[in-house]
Amino acid sequence: MSAHVATIAPAKPATAHQRRRNYARRYRLFIVPAGIVVAAVIVFPWLFTLFMSVQDFHVGGAMTFVGLANYTRMLSDERFLWAILHTLYFTVLAVIFPTILGVIAAVCFNQRFPLRGLARTIFILPMMATPVAVALVWTMMFHPQLGVLNYLLTSIGLPPSTWVYDSATVIPTLVMVETWQWTPLIMLIVLGGLASLPQDPYEAAALDGASAWQCFIKITLPLVWPFIMVALVLRAVDALKAFDTIFVISGGGPGTSSETLNLYLYQEAFAYYDIGYASAIVVVFFVLILLVTLLLMSRRAKAAAA
Amino acid sequence: MLQRRRMLQSAAAILAAPALVERVGAQQAFDWKQFKGQSLTISMTKSPRADVMQAHQKEFEALTGIKVESEQLPEQQQRPKMVLELSTGHPSFDVTHFSLHVSKRIVGQGKWLEDLRPYIANPALTPADWDFKDFSAPSIAAATQPDGRMDSLPLETDFWLVYYNKQLFADKGIAFPKTLDDMMKAAHALTDKSTGTYGFVGRGLRNANVPVWTSFLLGQNQATITADGTKLLTDTPEAIWAGEYYKTIMRECAPPGVVGFNWNESQTSFIQGKIGMWLDGVGFAPPLLDKTKSKIADHVGFGLMPAGPKGHHCPVFTDALGVAATSKAKGAAYLFCQWATNKAMLLNLVRAGGGASPRLSTYADPDLVKDSPFGKEWLSTLLESAKIAQLGLPEIIPVTEFRDTFGVALTDMIGGADVASSLKKATENFKPILEKSLKS
Repeated sequence: MSAHVATIAPAKPATAHQRRRNYARRYRLFIVPAGIVVAAVIVFPWLFTLFMSVQDFHVGGAMTFVGLANYTRMLSDERFLWAILHTLYFTVLAVIFPTILGVIAAVCFNQRFPLRGLARTIFILPMMATPVAVALVWTMMFHPQLGVLNYLLTSIGLPPSTWVYDSATVIPTLVMVETWQWTPLIMLIVLGGLASLPQDPYEAAALDGASAWQCFIKITLPLVWPFIMVALVLRAVDALKAFDTIFVISGGGPGTSSETLNLYLYQEAFAYYDIGYASAIVVVFFVLILLVTLLLMSRRAKAAAA
Repeated sequence: MLQRRRMLQSAAAILAAPALVERVGAQQAFDWKQFKGQSLTISMTKSPRADVMQAHQKEFEALTGIKVESEQLPEQQQRPKMVLELSTGHPSFDVTHFSLHVSKRIVGQGKWLEDLRPYIANPALTPADWDFKDFSAPSIAAATQPDGRMDSLPLETDFWLVYYNKQLFADKGIAFPKTLDDMMKAAHALTDKSTGTYGFVGRGLRNANVPVWTSFLLGQNQATITADGTKLLTDTPEAIWAGEYYKTIMRECAPPGVVGFNWNESQTSFIQGKIGMWLDGVGFAPPLLDKTKSKIADHVGFGLMPAGPKGHHCPVFTDALGVAATSKAKGAAYLFCQWATNKAMLLNLVRAGGGASPRLSTYADPDLVKDSPFGKEWLSTLLESAKIAQLGLPEIIPVTEFRDTFGVALTDMIGGADVASSLKKATENFKPILEKSLKS
């Protein structure tokens, strides 16, 4: 008689995949509050904006479905097209100048010199100031007759400028303010990168007799490039959506010569109360920011891979 | 003897009694405390008018027992805030202070403010001495919607006049101009670019600049739109003439950078003493006479808007107070509006130089000039302006788009653009916006 002994097969140990899944299931509830917040403050506003962008709706009036009419209207809206050009012009300048100056400043502040800490602190002060307050101070300084800037120019024998009071000079002048305020941010990011660079390549280069310039071009710049790309992405997104400084200093003028997309859609929504058209502009603006960001991110990925 | 004197005193007292009783009765008839304990929130446009209301706010609270919280916001922020909040049906305020020349039609279209006619007619809410008939006809017309509803009370009528620097005029031996032609000649004569002296300053900033152009257009006896509000008159020969005038005086006689000037930059330039004339609203007078701010406090002149080739008018813009239709304290809110627009308060407004009163009785007050720092010339200019005042902007819903569209054309003109083609283009751009608003 063979004895049948009931045996219980030992439980198979859970695979790593199963463990992760169980763990994830157990804690799924914890993401619900975050999900609700994201849905309420990001997903819903976006869906609502998309919905509004296909409506003809003025505040106080009736709402009518108009399909893509708001989008096609943009193609013939001269002011909108100029706003895109102004946005790109402003963004390109407001990225290039702070980046170049920020990298130079970072290299300088990476050197050892007396009172370096104090100098760094003073340098980053503009970044810490409130943009609206800064803009109001600059506005006073730009006044063609009473502003201190023209006083300084004329006191050294240069002709006065009309600064933001002239269509030709308004955007470069606004870029000057942006550069003054945001160069420190680039400097801080790049300085962080410089501090993390290895010393070996520099020692090897010194043995080979490389000059300081050759070290900078051949070693420092390539190694710190991923950090510069991060700074570029942040600066580009920030410059694209710049509003407060432009709104306070020039209000998009003279005429519409410094009116960026942000200012134009503000006018459409909160001055003309054309919510449908303003929503369509927001959607296009979002796509524009997305494209620029993706382009810069892909460049960054390529740079990192290289 | 004593008895006789007593009898006389008693007789006099009896004779005076009816008048006294009547006065006491009138005071007692109106119950200022009827909404005691309620609270009000008031949204104000930052302005000298709001300053005066806030300066006397405590008096209203003491008189009525109503608690008032008020805030002033710059007009660029207050205007959209007011409209958007009213459109939601849940505004954060019970009373709003707003510009009729900007927001009248949109608040009327939405019927967001209470029709105040029943309140005015109700003696329990409006004392007899408030005197509705004391308001000037144009101010009542401005506060009345096309459908007859009166959803606001006029608070201030801002006439445009010409502030001028008497010293500069005296130095050149020039008299204040009576006509627009003379004004142009004077502006040229006063301009000396080598010394940084300019004959004229006015608004060049987009949107803000349109009333300057319409001021000149009124000299052609023409508005920007037909009386029924359906057809634009912005590219007529008269409009082009006004555009040419604007372009010439701003390009040849105004300081560099004027294209970006609003009223505040114009005012700042004017008080430095290097500007001959400044065309703007009467409500901006106080800082000109403030010796801590103005270099020309002793030389400021107040001149009537010069006559044009076909007409003599000055533009007028009206501020008002309205009660939110969804307010839970409408009675108290109305009480604030009628108090802020009563005879004493509007006299306070004018004395403070905060603008012109819409009440006729204000100017009949014998102590007005004596109590005001502005003098006889200012008062007479104000009174003369009231006689020739006309609306400075069209009463249409898309008035901001109108100002922006034509404002861009005007800035282009300062930059040298052709007047006729700029106005034609602006008219074509604005026409569909107007048509659409009329359909809605």
